[in-house]
Amino acid sequence: MAKRSVKVYPRFERFWHWTQMALIFVLLFTGLAITGLHGGLDFGPAVIGHIIAALALIVLWVFAIFWHLTTGTWKHYVPTRDGLGRVVRFYVWGIFRGEHHPYRKAYWRKHNPLQSIAYLLLKVVLFPAIWITGLIALGWNLWETVPGATAWAQVVTNIHLLAAFAIAAFVIAHVYLLTVGHSFREHVRPMITGFDTIDLTAEEEAYLEADEPGRIKPRASS
Amino acid sequence: MVYLLRSLVPAVRHALVSGAALPVVMAGMALAQEAPAIPGSDSTADHSKFEILQKDFASGPEVTEACLSCHTEADDQVMHSIHFEWEYEHPETGQLLGKRNVVNAFCGAVAGNEPRCTSCHAGYGWDNMRESSAQAQATPDCLVCHDRTGQYTKTATGAGHPPLAPVPEGTKTITGKKAKPVDLTEVAQNVGKTRRENCGNCHFYGGGGDNVKHGDLSSVLYDPERSVDVHMSPEGEDFTCSSCHVADQHQWPGSRYNVMAADTEGTGKPGERRRVATCQSCHGNTPHPAGLKGMKLNDHADTLACQTCHIPEFARGGVATKTVWDWSTATRMKEDGSPIVESDYTERDGDHRHTFMSKKGTFEWAEYAEPVYEWFNGQVEYNTADRKIDPDKRVEINPIHGSPDAPDSRIWPFKRMQGSQPYDSGRNELVYTHVWGPETDTALWTNFDWEKAIEAGMAAAGEEYSGEFGFVDTYMYWPITHMVAPAEEALDCKACHAEGGRMEEITGVNMPGRAPFGTAGIFGLLMVLATAGGVVVHALFRIFASRSKGGHHG
Repeated sequence: MAKRSVKVYPRFERFWHWTQMALIFVLLFTGLAITGLHGGLDFGPAVIGHIIAALALIVLWVFAIFWHLTTGTWKHYVPTRDGLGRVVRFYVWGIFRGEHHPYRKAYWRKHNPLQSIAYLLLKVVLFPAIWITGLIALGWNLWETVPGATAWAQVVTNIHLLAAFAIAAFVIAHVYLLTVGHSFREHVRPMITGFDTIDLTAEEEAYLEADEPGRIKPRASS
Repeated sequence: MVYLLRSLVPAVRHALVSGAALPVVMAGMALAQEAPAIPGSDSTADHSKFEILQKDFASGPEVTEACLSCHTEADDQVMHSIHFEWEYEHPETGQLLGKRNVVNAFCGAVAGNEPRCTSCHAGYGWDNMRESSAQAQATPDCLVCHDRTGQYTKTATGAGHPPLAPVPEGTKTITGKKAKPVDLTEVAQNVGKTRRENCGNCHFYGGGGDNVKHGDLSSVLYDPERSVDVHMSPEGEDFTCSSCHVADQHQWPGSRYNVMAADTEGTGKPGERRRVATCQSCHGNTPHPAGLKGMKLNDHADTLACQTCHIPEFARGGVATKTVWDWSTATRMKEDGSPIVESDYTERDGDHRHTFMSKKGTFEWAEYAEPVYEWFNGQVEYNTADRKIDPDKRVEINPIHGSPDAPDSRIWPFKRMQGSQPYDSGRNELVYTHVWGPETDTALWTNFDWEKAIEAGMAAAGEEYSGEFGFVDTYMYWPITHMVAPAEEALDCKACHAEGGRMEEITGVNMPGRAPFGTAGIFGLLMVLATAGGVVVHALFRIFASRSKGGHHG
C-alpha cells in the first residue's frame, strides 16, 4: 500500500459540482425570496432569477446524467451495506473518541457507504422532486383548466418547498462533514485540483502509472 | 412581420374611428402640390351651410327636429339606447336595471327627484319615472353629445333642457357652474363627432359632483397628465371616450351592468370588434413584450383583469371620490335650527369637499385610493327596492358575481362605496326618498323630515311603504377601468405577492409569497433548523471530547 496523489475528480465533475453549488445557492436565495422568507430581493426579479438558474441547472443535469452514464462513474453511487455500520458508528460514537474514519477511499470508489447513500437519495429523490415540481409549476398555464387545479398547484408548491428545504439541510450537513477527519481545506482541495491522497495497492499503483499516467502524480521526492 | 401587423391594427383602427387618417392624407397632398385646401375638417358636411340650421331656435327639441330632417333614423336609434331609456334588462338575470329602476348608495333613486336627476338625461323633458322616457314623450338631445363649441350644457334641475336667455339668477349647470345662456343656432351649426367634454360633462359628475360616483371618471380626464391616464392624456394617446367606446347605431359597448370581464378573443381581424371596449380588443391577449418577464406577465391574463395591475389607484390627478355616504346623520341641525354645511376635506387640486351637510349626512373622500379586489364575471345584480334585505347585515346594493373556478371570471379592481341609507324597517326593503324638490313640503333637502321624504319618494315610485324606516349599512361596487397608468407605473409583483399584499382576501389562487409560513414552509424550516441544531450539537460534542481526551485527529 502506498499513499499517492490520484485524480479522483475529473474536470467535468468539478465543473459540475461547483456550478451546481452556485446555482443551488442562487435558487435557495431567490426561492426563499419568492416564498417571502426574506426581503433581500423583490418578488419579480427573484422569479426571473429563479427560472433562469433552474433552467441552467436542468441543462447541467442533462449533461451530468450523460457523463455519469457514459463514463461509468454512476457506479460510485451504487449503495452498499458493506461497511455502512462502521461509518454510522464512527459518526455517532468513534468521532468523539478520536478514532480514525473507518473508510478508506479507493480511486474507483470515492464515497464511503453513508455518503453514497446520501448522494444517491439526493440525486434520485430530492433533485427530481424539485425539478419536476418546478417544471409543473412553471407550466401552470398548460394545466390550469384541470379540475381542482388550484388544489393540485398547492400540492406541487408544497412538495417543491419541502424538497428545497431538504436540499438546504443537505447543504448544511454536507459542509459540516467537510470538517470531519481531515481539515476543511484538505477536504475541499480535491474538488478544486481534482487530486486526493489515496491508499493504492501495488497493482493499482502499477496500473495507474502504466495505463493512466495523467491520473497519478509522480511520487514525491522525499 | 407579425409584430408589425399587430402593432398596426390598433393604430389603423384608432385612425379610422377618430377620422385622424384624413388630415394626414390631406397634409401629404398639400405638401405635394400646393393645391387649394380641401374643405371640411373631419366630416364631409359643414353644418353651418345647412339651410335648416339658419334660424333662431327657441328650444332644444326644435334643434332635434331640424337634425332629424337629414339624420332620419337617429332619433329612433337614440331612443333605443341606454342613454335615453335609462333601462336595461339584464340578459343573464332578467332583472330590470338602469337608472330608472335601481336604488344606489348615493342620492338613492331618480323617482321623486326627476327634474334634478334627469338634467343629465340624453333627452328633454322626462319628469316622471313611472313612465318610460318614450311614454313621457321626452325628445332626444342631439347637442349634448355632438356640440363642438363647448358652450352647450344643461341646467342642473331642468329635466335635460339647456339654459336659454334669459337665464334666471342662480341657475347652475350639470357640472355645478353658473349657467350662461346657450346660443342654440351657433351650437347647431357646429356639431360633430363627440369629444371627451360631451361625455364627461355628465359622466364625470355622476352622483351630483366631480368624481363622486365612479372614482375613475373625473374632470381630471379633460386634460390628464400621462401618469393619470396614458390613453386620454395629450402626452399619451390623446384618446376621446369614443376611441374605445366605439358607437354604432347610437349604441355603445362598455356596460357597467353586464361587463365583459374576460375577453379571450383579443384584437380580432382589422375592422372587427367594434362592439367591445375591452383592453384586449386593442392590445390582444398577450400584450406584454416577448421575454421571460413578458411570458410570466401574460400568464396572469387568465386570472387577472388588465385593470388590476394597470390601474394601481383610482381618483388620481387631484380630484377626490366619495367613499362613504352616511345618510343616518342627515337632518342634524344647528342649535338655531339652520342647516349645517362642513367642508373639511381638501383635495390635491385645492378644492374643498363637503364632509357634513344637514341635508345629506356625513361624507368621506379618497384620492389615489387602493381598490378592493374581487372575482368578477361581469354580472351585476341589484338589490332593487322590491327585494327583501337583511338589515342586521351590511347590504350589498349591487352584488357582483364571479368565482375562481369559472373561466369567465377575473380578479377585478373595484371602488367599494360604503353607505348607510334609509330602508323600510317594516317590510325590510330599500326605499325611494324624495330628496330634491325646492317647492314641495316633503323633500328632504328643503324640509329635513325623513318620514315625509320617504313617504313622498315611495309614492312617486309607486311602491308600498310600511311607514317605518331605519338605516342600513351598505356596500356598492364600482368596477375600476379608467385612468390606466403608463406601463412603468403598473403595480409591481410584490404589491400582491407578499404577506398582507393586495390579494390577501382573494380565494382560489395559489400565490407564492402570500403565506411564507404555510405548512410546508414551517415544516421545511424546522427540518433545516433541526439539521443545523444537530450539526452544532455534534460539533460541540467533538470539541468537548477532544479537549477532555487531549487527543486530536490530524
